[in-house]
Amino acid sequence: MCPSRAQRRLLISTAPAVELRGITKTFPGVIANHDVDITVRPGTVHAIVGENGAGKSTLMKTLYGMQRPDAGTISINGVPVTLNSPADAIALGVGMVHQHFQLADNFSVLENIVLGQEPTRRGLLGFAEARQRIVTLGGQYGLEVDPDALVEELGVGDRQRVEILKVLYRGARILILDEPTAVLVPQEVTELFDALRGLKSEGLTVIFISHKLDEVLEVADEITVIRAGTTVATRLPSEVTAHQLAELMVGSELPSPETRESTVTDIPVLTVSGLSLLNVDGRALLKDISFTIHKGEVLGIAGVEGNGQAELVETIMGMRKASGGTVALDGVDMTAWSTRARREAGVGYIPEDRTRHGLLLEAPLWENRMLGHQTQPPNAKGLLIDSKDAKADTRRIVEQYDVRTPSIDVAASALSGGNQQKLIVGREMSGTPQLLIAAHPTRGVDVGAQAVIWDLLRDARSQGLAVLLISADLDELIGLSDTLQVILRGALVATADPATVTPKDLGSAMTGAGEAA
Amino acid sequence: MKRWRLLLAAPVLALLFALAVASIILAATGHPPLTVFSDMYSYGVEPDNLVLTLNKATTYYLAATAVAVGFRMNLFNIGVDGQYRVAAIIAAAIAGAIHLAPILDVALVMVVAIAVGALWAGIAGLLKIKRGVSEVISTIMLNYIATGLTAYLLTPGRLAHPVAGSNNIGTALIPPNGQVPGMSVIPGATTQVYGLIFLAVGVGILYWFLLNRTVFGFDLRATGRSETAAVASGVNVKRMILVSMLISGGIAGMVSLPQLLGEAYTYSNDFPAGIGFTGISIALLGRNHPIGIAFGALLWAFLDSSQIILDVSGVPKEIVTIMQGIAVLSVVIAYELVRRYGLVAQQRHVGEQTVRDPAEVSA
Repeated sequence: MCPSRAQRRLLISTAPAVELRGITKTFPGVIANHDVDITVRPGTVHAIVGENGAGKSTLMKTLYGMQRPDAGTISINGVPVTLNSPADAIALGVGMVHQHFQLADNFSVLENIVLGQEPTRRGLLGFAEARQRIVTLGGQYGLEVDPDALVEELGVGDRQRVEILKVLYRGARILILDEPTAVLVPQEVTELFDALRGLKSEGLTVIFISHKLDEVLEVADEITVIRAGTTVATRLPSEVTAHQLAELMVGSELPSPETRESTVTDIPVLTVSGLSLLNVDGRALLKDISFTIHKGEVLGIAGVEGNGQAELVETIMGMRKASGGTVALDGVDMTAWSTRARREAGVGYIPEDRTRHGLLLEAPLWENRMLGHQTQPPNAKGLLIDSKDAKADTRRIVEQYDVRTPSIDVAASALSGGNQQKLIVGREMSGTPQLLIAAHPTRGVDVGAQAVIWDLLRDARSQGLAVLLISADLDELIGLSDTLQVILRGALVATADPATVTPKDLGSAMTGAGEAA
Repeated sequence: MKRWRLLLAAPVLALLFALAVASIILAATGHPPLTVFSDMYSYGVEPDNLVLTLNKATTYYLAATAVAVGFRMNLFNIGVDGQYRVAAIIAAAIAGAIHLAPILDVALVMVVAIAVGALWAGIAGLLKIKRGVSEVISTIMLNYIATGLTAYLLTPGRLAHPVAGSNNIGTALIPPNGQVPGMSVIPGATTQVYGLIFLAVGVGILYWFLLNRTVFGFDLRATGRSETAAVASGVNVKRMILVSMLISGGIAGMVSLPQLLGEAYTYSNDFPAGIGFTGISIALLGRNHPIGIAFGALLWAFLDSSQIILDVSGVPKEIVTIMQGIAVLSVVIAYELVRRYGLVAQQRHVGEQTVRDPAEVSA
């Protein structure tokens, strides 16, 4: 940590908005924070960057009073404080905007913002003043939202604005934003950053947590890097490049998702034609979707989350019954097949939500290795389970895919997210599948595991595996895919060439703003 | 090894707790706890009462296993009670009517009992998968219907005949061909242990094998642990619900057989009811594990048979019901605490094993 001369001057001139000294927090099985030192100057955007799992969120929970540090001090506006709950933090003017929105969909913007401290007049709700204050706040900071709109009708960017307003309404002067851009497309990110600059010009302090370095360099006044639970450096954006930041984050060379030479053949593996899916109300979740994935091809599906990706995957897996159209594997129509029949035919599946769809959290690892393949060797012989071979094969996966665990008998819940994911990837790659459906294969996984998973996907592809890749990480999509399709409101709306497309173009297509290149 | 100790610690501590609460209640109502317990013990270990305990435990074991099959996939078959009573009266009527060959008769009656129990439970299974009716509601309702149905069937002119020497009525007496002889295994006892105690043992072994050694059992346990993950793994959850309801009901159908074919030889008005609910408690007590259920059934049966002495010594018998209730409640709580503690302890252990030095993690 070597503050520049300009920084040093500022440090002297005002008490820091937030000062963390020697924060240490130990946790079972999770990387702890240790000796974290951060100084956030008032009226700045201070970015905290680090890999997934480096301890950023733990640190922010400490600052927001959600957990007590084991050691170290927190000072707010120069005064040492003890935070026992988020209420303490809010009272001191610290507010947090969570990564996952915490809004009631069937409430209006106004109701969501006042929720928990409803204005009352003689025991009755009195919304007029609150509405006025929200409109004023919105105008003041460039966060205009219609206070009477229902949250379920708002887009992701507007919802985030509501979250920020919620915090401002409670009088926060220091805002913590946890991965605020994870759910936004590039255009919305730009709007968010404008809003952050607005907050800053009004004298508010923003702590911005991210692992997206370009964004951090664009918006932050100061950047602190966290690696393996501790602060390793603080830099000014003017004196550091994205590459240097990345190396600070990882502590070594940065892996890249890029796929080099094409291995696409002209043998179709998965042919989806005219696929549609209606929900119980008859609303179309998927509309006339058609595509083909060939041997050795990775087809990437780009889209803002909630535009039908999950439904598409579940329909191809047979977990939902298509309302129309066909799905064929290797030229054989499997539209009427059960999920089990599809899996037995050689379809691997890395689900989007591994704890809900990919694992039995309380079951031992070797039983989790069987999950999804419990009818096939090495896990079964006829109708009986072959626990001996299943265990042996689990050991192979643990070894080959670098799953960090002391034993294959521990429950899946004892493993970190990255190791759980490696186990799932290893399991789904076993038994030479023809088709792999990979939904967010590296979500919540540390950089090391991410590189391993990318390598595995590339290797399998070069050996003829067809992959349907769904991801929110545009770099991952562009880097790994041979073909890109954009999904919007349940329909494939554009095709893009990963060799030429930029994340910006893709973002436009994802919101329906324009055509991808 | 450590986990084993933890697993045993839960029920032992819970039982000690139940004993302690019972002692307090006894002391508070003016009965010296130690005297009461030692009276119960010495009465309970008398040879005839040990036979009674084993016989009751046989019945309880079958009921608890029927419940446990459902529990393992989060299916709450509250209707074991109705299932075994409907199965019992129909099996008894058929057993009283047929005269084929010694072993064939018993086998046929067994098949009938299993089929009737399975069908009765299958109604709830079908309602759940076709109409989304909670099996808790439908099986409770089916219990009432079962009560009405058995009362309807057990009237003279339908399936009932007067029982000789009393004003009771029951199905026709089962002829010797259909009876299962008892065994004199407890020295000094004048009564016999049901021959069908082996049926309970067999069901326990089959239950263990089905659950732990077959793909079906894996599917069933996976569904119980996470329905969403089971669906993604290719389990047809609707089929699983129906099949496990049928299995649960089939086992429930056997509940009455040891007593019916080994002692009563008729389904009469005073045939025991409520065993299905006892089965729920014992399944909870035994943590749905075949061995655990065996211990639970034996304990429950021992308390049931040793409480008879309390009438003699003027202690309210309800103290035993209180003990059983507290035992189940505290066992359930203790298991849940141990489960959570175990998961966190394991997480910590794995964390220590894989993340020795935080600085190494970045790789």
